Amino acid sequence: MLQFAIKRLGQSIVLILIVTMITFFLMNLAPGGPSSMMRMDATEEERAAISEQLGLDDPIPIRYGKWLIDAMQGDLGLSLSSGQEVTDRILERFPFTLQLTMWTIVLSIIFGVLFGIISATNRNTWKDHTINFGSVIGLSVPSFWLAIMMILLFSVQLKWLPSSGVGEGSLLDQFKASIMPVVILSTATLPTIVRFTRSSMLEVITQNYIRTSRAKGIKERTVIYSHALRNALIPVISIIGVLIPRLLSGAVIVESVFGWPGMGRLIVEAAQSRDYNLVMGVTVIVTVLVVVCNFIVDIIYSKVDPRVKNMG
Amino acid sequence: MSEMTEIRDVRTSTVGLKSFFHQLSKNYVAFTAFLFLLIIHLAVFLGPLVWTVNPEAVDPINALAGWSLEHPLGTDNLGRDVLSRMLYGGQITLLVGFGSMLFTVLIGGLIGAVAGYFGGWIDTILMRFTEAMMSIPNFFLALVALTVLGKSPFMIIMVIAFTSWMEIARVVYGETLKWKESEFVEASNVMGSSPIRTLMKHVIPQVIPSIIVASTLGIAWAILTESAISYLGLGIQPPTATWGNMLQNAQQYIWTAPVLGVLPGVAITLVVLAYNFFGDGLRDLLDPKNSRK
Repeated sequence: MLQFAIKRLGQSIVLILIVTMITFFLMNLAPGGPSSMMRMDATEEERAAISEQLGLDDPIPIRYGKWLIDAMQGDLGLSLSSGQEVTDRILERFPFTLQLTMWTIVLSIIFGVLFGIISATNRNTWKDHTINFGSVIGLSVPSFWLAIMMILLFSVQLKWLPSSGVGEGSLLDQFKASIMPVVILSTATLPTIVRFTRSSMLEVITQNYIRTSRAKGIKERTVIYSHALRNALIPVISIIGVLIPRLLSGAVIVESVFGWPGMGRLIVEAAQSRDYNLVMGVTVIVTVLVVVCNFIVDIIYSKVDPRVKNMG
Repeated sequence: MSEMTEIRDVRTSTVGLKSFFHQLSKNYVAFTAFLFLLIIHLAVFLGPLVWTVNPEAVDPINALAGWSLEHPLGTDNLGRDVLSRMLYGGQITLLVGFGSMLFTVLIGGLIGAVAGYFGGWIDTILMRFTEAMMSIPNFFLALVALTVLGKSPFMIIMVIAFTSWMEIARVVYGETLKWKESEFVEASNVMGSSPIRTLMKHVIPQVIPSIIVASTLGIAWAILTESAISYLGLGIQPPTATWGNMLQNAQQYIWTAPVLGVLPGVAITLVVLAYNFFGDGLRDLLDPKNSRK
């Protein structure tokens, strides 16, 4: 177990290093280097001064090294567009993204597993077909368009829900403001969980121990929910690791549509204003988050299913 | 030997194509999706020959006009003809989707085939890299890349390809592993073919059905990604229309002209849906073992 954890930890660190390296070198591919990303109206001298202040005259590998050492101490530099610390800007946005993604993942798991079971236990009936069809649609609709359509219906026509923001004041307002973002974000994760639960469930219910418990006369509900589900859920844990990057990508779009002040919108703002340090900072933090989540998921998975860690 | 197999290949492929469409027509969902895609592609690429209005011609007096004979789908906020923008925008969207798929298959296929066929440390490095790329938030990297490298259609194609080749690499990898143990590959090796030749002439052709399925689904994914990037304003820039940036534009007028936002979205959804259904149908056809349980 410990060996497995150490191995995975090593892989995670390498992964973070690779991503920061790719991002860092990518940023420096910009024609004229990162200094051209700053204010377009800067004079030659101002530009040189900024370059010197930010240490942009050093060769790229040295700058990457310096950046890495600072980053490991929690210093991601100053945001070029606002002058605040990058870490501060990320920290003020992080809770909103966390709130959004946590609700989405919890609801996706509950409804995804439920629909998956219904689909598997009613195989090839209209229930199964409807759920399958729904999953394909969910995967095919561009989430931002679905979001615009929902705004059109619930905000413009019915005036039930606010079209943007996180809701001010009362808890009810906040709840109302988060309904549409969470529903839209779920379209990125729900279909995958449904499909996965379905196929995993189908595999389990053909096994001998399920036939045995049915033969013993146990109620069908008990067989499904207490005997089969327990084993069918194990592979579903592993899919959650895969869904986290997708969830965060989805958050970029959902947050942009609904004006939700999270990290997804932050990276779009940073990209549009060419805020070099901020783009770098958000990408790194998001990568670390994803890698940490994946690490936790893997450890849980290997605990639940001891066969995994032997495969390494 | 190789000539003989080639002759047989040609013959089976024409017979195969016929029976393939025959089989496809039995799968109603996939066949409908196929016909729909055919119609959409013809409309989008040949339509502008019939409907010759310039998609970028501005006419502020007739801005946000309703549906009429002059403008069958109305006009947008600058008075540009929506029908014409849908057609030209569709061309860009579909071409970007197709181009991205092409490069995705190229990168993914190469990495998967090389890793699977050569094995050893090449396998370890390439497949670990593939796994690593799968477990990072690619969309963020894509946004960074587009910010830095510019927003030309070619760059967008490359960025989509470089952030979505992993799925195909894994499919090709698995198939290559399976086929490299087969007798005809062994025969080819024994007869003294170079590994590259064996890989290209004998292993890759076996993998093609899986690649076709994966790439059909890949087009769907690429179209969705392109439209999302365009929507965020980091994709192909106005005045050039794409279905994605038409939606970005439409959101600003959602209160005054809600209908503007409906059409491009419906178009994207239906095309992506059709590619998904078509891909699923192809999978059932080409690989009956793998068909849905």
